[in-house]
Amino acid sequence: MSTGKTSAAVGTESTVDTPVVSVADLSIEFPGVRAVDGLSFELAPGAALGIVGESGSGKSATALALLGLHHGTGARVSGRITVAGTEVTAATPEQVRRLRGATAAMVFQDPMSALDPYFSVGSQIAEVYRLHTGATKQAARSRAIEVLDHVGIPDAARRAGDFPHQFSGGQRQRALIAMALACEPRLLIADEPTTALDVTVQAQILDLLHQLRAETGMALLLVTHDLGVIAGTVDDVLVMQHGRSVERGPVGRVLAAPEHPYTRDLLAAVPRIDAPRQLSLADRPTTPDPLVRLVDVRQDFPAGHGLLPGRRRTVAAVDGVTLDVRRGETLGVVGESGSGKTTLARMMVRLLRPTGGRVEFDGTDIGQLPDRRLAPYRRDLQMVFQDPISALNPRRTVGESVADPLRAAGIRDERRIRDTVRDWLSRVGLDPDRYDAYPHEFSGGQRQRIGIARALVRSPRLVVCDEPVSALDVSTQAQVIELLAELRAELDLTLVFVAHDLAVVRQVSDRVAVMHHGRLVELADAETVYTDPQQTYTRELIAAVPVLDPALAAERRAERAALRAAG
Amino acid sequence: MARYLLKRVLGALVVLLVLSAVVYLIFYALPGNPAQLVCGPKTCQADQLHRIEVGLGLDQPIWLQYWHFLVGIVAGRTYSGGPEVIHCAAPCLGYSYQTGEPVTGLLLDRLPVSLSLIVGGFVIWVTVGVALGVLSALRRGRAVDRIATGLTLAGNSTPVFLVGLLLLIVFCVYLRWLPFPGYQALTVNPLLWAQNLILPWVALSVVSAAVYTRLTRTSMLETLSEDHIRTFRAYGLPERRVIGRHALRGALTPLITIGTIDLATSLTGTTLTESLFGLPGLGQLLVSSVRNIDLPVVVGVTLLAGAVIVVANAAADVLYSVADRRVALA
Repeated sequence: MSTGKTSAAVGTESTVDTPVVSVADLSIEFPGVRAVDGLSFELAPGAALGIVGESGSGKSATALALLGLHHGTGARVSGRITVAGTEVTAATPEQVRRLRGATAAMVFQDPMSALDPYFSVGSQIAEVYRLHTGATKQAARSRAIEVLDHVGIPDAARRAGDFPHQFSGGQRQRALIAMALACEPRLLIADEPTTALDVTVQAQILDLLHQLRAETGMALLLVTHDLGVIAGTVDDVLVMQHGRSVERGPVGRVLAAPEHPYTRDLLAAVPRIDAPRQLSLADRPTTPDPLVRLVDVRQDFPAGHGLLPGRRRTVAAVDGVTLDVRRGETLGVVGESGSGKTTLARMMVRLLRPTGGRVEFDGTDIGQLPDRRLAPYRRDLQMVFQDPISALNPRRTVGESVADPLRAAGIRDERRIRDTVRDWLSRVGLDPDRYDAYPHEFSGGQRQRIGIARALVRSPRLVVCDEPVSALDVSTQAQVIELLAELRAELDLTLVFVAHDLAVVRQVSDRVAVMHHGRLVELADAETVYTDPQQTYTRELIAAVPVLDPALAAERRAERAALRAAG
Repeated sequence: MARYLLKRVLGALVVLLVLSAVVYLIFYALPGNPAQLVCGPKTCQADQLHRIEVGLGLDQPIWLQYWHFLVGIVAGRTYSGGPEVIHCAAPCLGYSYQTGEPVTGLLLDRLPVSLSLIVGGFVIWVTVGVALGVLSALRRGRAVDRIATGLTLAGNSTPVFLVGLLLLIVFCVYLRWLPFPGYQALTVNPLLWAQNLILPWVALSVVSAAVYTRLTRTSMLETLSEDHIRTFRAYGLPERRVIGRHALRGALTPLITIGTIDLATSLTGTTLTESLFGLPGLGQLLVSSVRNIDLPVVVGVTLLAGAVIVVANAAADVLYSVADRRVALA
């Protein structure tokens, strides 16, 4: 049987034993870069394989190649890829097109942008279904509602007519999974399906994938950078580095007893939510004496504006939070998107003026100080931002960026500025001779080091880090966290560490504040929060974090299912 | 929606009020006496001149003239300068100093001519511009892209009177395929109407299509790189459908705003084309009224153009929110 007879091959006896995916000696070359280099693997029908690796390891390029999606992009694909009997690398575009969505469907990373904003969710699913089955409009619409219902969209018949922007992030990912299910594919390829989602939503989506696999018997290829996501979801795992497979085996064995040094490094770098902090460098006694004291601070944003002034509707991003940041401590702030954690962080350094309450820094209420009187406090209040790419001006050298706070302080002595900046560049682990290089010449982790140098160059007393490592690979993440811990000890800093990743926060924090819907839900010592959480929300949040032990992951999944059944 | 419309209408009234006031002020700041022009340059006697001034209401203070003008629009007004009494019905914009014709009537005469010219032209230049833009985007960097870009930019940088003259010479003088154009009403003979307007339409399109080609090209390239396009490719939609249904929709929506405003500003912005092809449109009327210091006509045309632009702006917002559900009217 030659290629292209996919529809005839589906369901016949011979396909039961032949692998649904077979990749032999796959290489993918982009102009100047070899993204995948001699990769081979197979995936049996109904099985689940996870491909893990850091950014640039070639894992996503591999996923795209399975559906022939590199066609026309300038990438050179060589080797052999067979998906459900179709040899993708040799088939005509028409044959590959029939495969896509019908026999092998794909779910992408960013659910926010993966659906067309101009069409209703239901019509997009129906369109794909009609295309592959030739069903009537009526039948396609019913099918769309059916699969939306199947993936757990409540009131699917009505929601099918809604547009993507009317769905939450998790719902959009469900809708995309529904689109994938519509034609009952034999293979589901999921490329970082939960990376853009909150941890509780991530757990729901992974549970859904698990359940669907059990129900439909489709094979799953899960591509991710997150070893925790892999642990509870797949049977086998393939670890990629620089476009090559370095290790492959059952997920339990690879995670428990990795053979390849790269896998070991990767595992060691993963922050463990189930392990107490290791990075704290000789816990200093922190006095309960507060450096920053927030008293009932709030931030109300106007929601829409009316024709007449007065009586404006507002949304409380931070809804009356009272907490102390103690001198010398690291306070972790965790919460899901929309919990108000970033808004709170910005108010602490007065990038935002609170709309209510007090922000006391060292005994002075700086919450409402006019800019002129705030100036003396600016040097003590610094911030490290989430996105190291956009937080640096691409048109200025990194040395100039780090020097900005010094110039803003009125220092004019160029020799002194240059010496100070060079000193800081080397303290954050960069070559001081790269003073005149531009941000694009640095990697993500290096750029974040530059951001840290810029925050520290005026020796502040409080540094607020807003998601400082969430855009970085795990191994880079670990290095940046280590750097922050070292600097904190060395400089007697008070740190506020804002992040959505509960494991990271556990690794760095003395105390942890949990935020939910603009309110402070729980605040206690890190150990207490993680081992003996007092609030239901905190417990849910911790239970949703993926764990590295597959057996434990299955246990957690069962617990979540029981919780859902009960609630 | 009702609230939104109310807001827009109130806003529009304020804009038009300010616009008319500014035109009045500018007019009076300019040198020259319209009565003198009406009366004639040499033979005019002082008492004759005075009579004309009184008849036109020019002897009154400026704010009073302006007030009468405003009342005239809402309630109509009565002129009783000379022996006869003339009543001018409700949307009264006054009478032309030059010809004595009611301004409202003048505008209504000219409006169909201008509309015929710009609506027909608009359809052609948008169609051609968008088609070339899409083609350029899909064949990015290839010969088609370069040729389309080159042609439209060349058209854009050529003055319309030059393009128009060339068209006239080729089609009316050498080939004699078309008669020398003039204006024929659509209601009288649609075929003749189109035959007379085809050259001006083409001339306008040659000049105006470039903007749409460039915008469509950029917008199409941007849309093609979006994630949802990749989604539909990954779900096996044929390329024809990915582009025709999903990419085009995203690429063309931003053109709504520019297209609507473009259409509105063209209403009085095609004077050169009108003169070249002998079309008595609003652009010509505006230019001649300015030359003749014919205040009521100047104000009338300006207000009409202003009203059309304000309405077009609101229409663009509404259309946009219909085309893109993420945009809410506020």
